[in-house]
Amino acid sequence: MAAKDDLLDDVTDAALKRMPGPFAGEFPIEVSGLTNSFGDQVIHQDLSLQVRRGEILGVVGGSGTGKSVLMRSIIGLQQPDAGEITVLGDSITSARDDDDIDIRSRWGVLFQGGALFSTLTVAENVEVPLKQFYPEIEDELRHEIAKFKVKLSGLPENAANKFPSELSGGMRKRAGLARALALDPELLFLDEPTAGLDPIGAAAFDALTKELQETLGLTVFLITHDLDTLHEICDRVAVLADHKVIAVDTIPNLLKLDHPWIQEYFNGPRGRAAQTAQHRAKAIDKPAKAGE
Amino acid sequence: MRVWADFTSETDGNGALRLVLNGPLVVSSIGVIDRRLRELEAPVARVDITAITDIDTVGAWTLWRVLRENDAELIGASAKAQRLIAAVQTVKAEGTSGAHRLPFLPRVADAIGDQVVSWGKGTLQMVGFLGAVVTAWGSVIRHPSRFRGKAVIHQLELVGVSALGIIGLMSFLVGIVIAQQGAENLREFGAEIYTINLTGRLALRELGVLMTAIMVAGRSGSAFAAQIGTMKLTEEVDAMRTIGVSPVEALVLPRVLAVMLMMPLLGFYAALMAILGGAFISSLTLDIPFLTFLLRIQEVVPRYDLWVGLIKGPVFGLIIGLAGCYQGMQVQGNSEEVGLRTTMAVVQGIFVVIVLDAFFAVFFSSVGWG
Repeated sequence: MAAKDDLLDDVTDAALKRMPGPFAGEFPIEVSGLTNSFGDQVIHQDLSLQVRRGEILGVVGGSGTGKSVLMRSIIGLQQPDAGEITVLGDSITSARDDDDIDIRSRWGVLFQGGALFSTLTVAENVEVPLKQFYPEIEDELRHEIAKFKVKLSGLPENAANKFPSELSGGMRKRAGLARALALDPELLFLDEPTAGLDPIGAAAFDALTKELQETLGLTVFLITHDLDTLHEICDRVAVLADHKVIAVDTIPNLLKLDHPWIQEYFNGPRGRAAQTAQHRAKAIDKPAKAGE
Repeated sequence: MRVWADFTSETDGNGALRLVLNGPLVVSSIGVIDRRLRELEAPVARVDITAITDIDTVGAWTLWRVLRENDAELIGASAKAQRLIAAVQTVKAEGTSGAHRLPFLPRVADAIGDQVVSWGKGTLQMVGFLGAVVTAWGSVIRHPSRFRGKAVIHQLELVGVSALGIIGLMSFLVGIVIAQQGAENLREFGAEIYTINLTGRLALRELGVLMTAIMVAGRSGSAFAAQIGTMKLTEEVDAMRTIGVSPVEALVLPRVLAVMLMMPLLGFYAALMAILGGAFISSLTLDIPFLTFLLRIQEVVPRYDLWVGLIKGPVFGLIIGLAGCYQGMQVQGNSEEVGLRTTMAVVQGIFVVIVLDAFFAVFFSSVGWG
């Protein structure tokens, strides 16, 4: 029995020997001097960004300003032309493929379309990272974990045994979230999670993200166009324009800036509507709290 | 070194257990104690988690399962632990997530039944598809402006021109093999000269068109299925429908037409290459000069052998094109399906071609073209 345990230790620790405790530094994601270009087209030029531990950072920018490319660079899918990226204290830019495996067990990524494995059921999708990183977990527990993650992400129980092609777009996103959360990651990357969801579903998704961030102490990197999401759950917002992050701050502070794009974005008709909704919600909230 | 979760248990006076957990109670460390926790025999009265260093949802889930199953009391929970346990409690997931499976015997019957039903449906759909193609043909003839000439020419190039190299080489080699093997066996009767009859008639009647059909099914039938299948997955086919473009007219007709036009041409070309191969090997090993071989072909091969090959070509082409496009249009759901349907397109195409070839052989013999 002891020998068997030792063997198990050897096998699993080969992949996990560098596994430190939870990240204790101030900035789980640090990007500096990032430059990305496709041919002649420059996407990022000397871009810098720091994400604080435990915050939900919203990333906004017009179409084609490289929000998704930034995320792909941070998670190591896109080798940048220049620059330094550090995630949870480990350098992504200088890591070889095998090297950053221990970081990969500590982040969860939700792609725009969900990117579920189409030949596996939702529950099996959630089990993939569990099998990959923690093979010692027995089938029974793994099934249970998969099932409760599926429900945690707001899907009905019977969705667990369905294939991605049998789900609606919104359900696929939730299933993608369940897979991203499979390992209780410290870092969560969400690429437009509420795009294409109905307002009720979007609000529920926002609430879920907030709830997870509070309970699990997650740091969330959230690309979005959804102004309600920005107002509702983001602690800070990073604005991408002119190949750079031109500002990272809370929304009230961003509004004070005199950049034309920022003004148009937050003070345009949709921006105003979201702000008013936010004020109204707070006004309703306050008396209710006072009454308690 | 990785730190695993662990626990110790003490029995109190009533035979109930008191568990003291230590170490981190997280997904990376819990694998080893899960089984032991499940196998505890005595009821657990208290669980002490004062000593744990960390907890996540998986830890909370495992803990809560122990608490719930034993109706035990939790001691020393931190604020984080309480919060997480509260979060997992609301979920109430139970049992396994594995798909429901029937016992072996009913499952076999189930699978056979499914197979039979899907065969039936498949045949029906195939006939339906043929009907749709014929209808599309009719409407294109009535509205010639809807005919997609460019697409047809593009497909003609893909199916025909770019296949010339491989089909030519293959037929040349097959011609060599037939002539060489034929001569070897005919020599025993002193009838080596009949190698020319053998090679010429076989190439023009059967081998040219049959080998070409197999090659075209592998090259183009599979490509049709994969292309159309991928377009189905990315909803391009649906997009076409909403714009008012008929997928059968735009995707299926040009492909089927191209392969039907190209098959007789490629088949004839393949037959010629096989004869050249035969002439080549004969001039080397049988002392039949190259040109004599070719001249003799004219004398010993009846003209209807050429017609047999040319008539079979378009029919085989139709089969290959229909099988490829039909399987492509049947793709739905996931990427695995594309591979599956592509395989089926090739297998079906070749199989039906060979079955039809047997019928053709009997038919042509009985009409006196033997």
